Amino acid sequence: MMATSRRHRFMPIRHWLAILVLALAVTGPAALVQAAIDPLPFTSEAERDRFYTLAAELRCMVCQNQSLADSDAPLARDLRRELFELMQSGRSDAEIKTYLTERYGDFVLYRPPLDRRTWWLWFGPGILAVIGLVAVALIVRSRRRQSDAAKLRPLEEETW
Amino acid sequence: MIWRLLPLAGFLALAALLYAGIQLNKERPPDRLPSVLIDKPAPAFQLDGLRDGEERIDSARFLGQPWLLNVWASWCAGCRIEHPQMEQLAQRPDVVLVGLNWKDERTDALRWLNQFGDPYHYIAADPDNRVGLHFGVYGAPETFVIDAQGVIRHKFVGPVSQHDVDTVLLPLLARLHAQAPASPQASASASASHSGFDPALAATDRPAAPEATP
Repeated sequence: MMATSRRHRFMPIRHWLAILVLALAVTGPAALVQAAIDPLPFTSEAERDRFYTLAAELRCMVCQNQSLADSDAPLARDLRRELFELMQSGRSDAEIKTYLTERYGDFVLYRPPLDRRTWWLWFGPGILAVIGLVAVALIVRSRRRQSDAAKLRPLEEETW
Repeated sequence: MIWRLLPLAGFLALAALLYAGIQLNKERPPDRLPSVLIDKPAPAFQLDGLRDGEERIDSARFLGQPWLLNVWASWCAGCRIEHPQMEQLAQRPDVVLVGLNWKDERTDALRWLNQFGDPYHYIAADPDNRVGLHFGVYGAPETFVIDAQGVIRHKFVGPVSQHDVDTVLLPLLARLHAQAPASPQASASASASHSGFDPALAATDRPAAPEATP
């Protein structure tokens, strides 16, 4: 009796916090996923998969950094309903994307189309990476040449 | 040695890039998305009128003169901010102000109009975002300026400020009126197909405010 009351008294509050955080970490994401799922009457598993693949490629215009599949915003719910109805009407994925871009613009697509405006967006990172690699190669070569000239070849150089 | 300055030059280049980004954000806030529907025909719609006794609203009836479509809702804080501008616009004889009550409960919407005043000549009810979706509406308030041919000419995202009214909206409306005046064939075809619409009639045509109805 004494022991338990003591244990309770000395149970630091941060233990409870840790348990709470752990519990949230475990159940939180599950709750979020649950929130974004509407009871849509899918007729097959394939249709369901197609719906969620499409919804993951479309942006929620309100939250902007969430896809339609992730978002629980009311507008995202409307768009999921529209998506489902468009699928029911027998349109292809490409037709559905065109339908939505005609109303909301390219921004609704998570993968923007490749054109003159998005050229830097698509190839900029690759170009920067190439510039970086060339710079590293040049620096390494010049350092190696310097050390060659000094006739000093530390062991680390072998690894290059 | 000039190479010593390279890191400094790199830093300055990066600073300039980030500064440009901040400036760009100010000029074009990322939450104000440009509409792809500018210079495209406005989607046609038929919706129930919101107010008691308000007849069904067919967008075709507005053909023949410029009009404004203001997307609003009772839950929308920005709509209260722009409310004085809407009231002031509705007073003008050259303005047709159509409200699109978007994703709202009818009773809430009517209470809102009762409380703050009802500036609209017509209000179409779109509780399920059936029409808003075709207009690419992604929030309220949004305001579309539509010309006499039914083409969307401008879209305001967020509350329309007095500054917007004076510098953008009224000059644009004046231009649209000048472009599509009562040119005989335009108004003839409009009245032939859709019983015409005279902005001057809008005030009398307008259904009674909800508070006045029993």
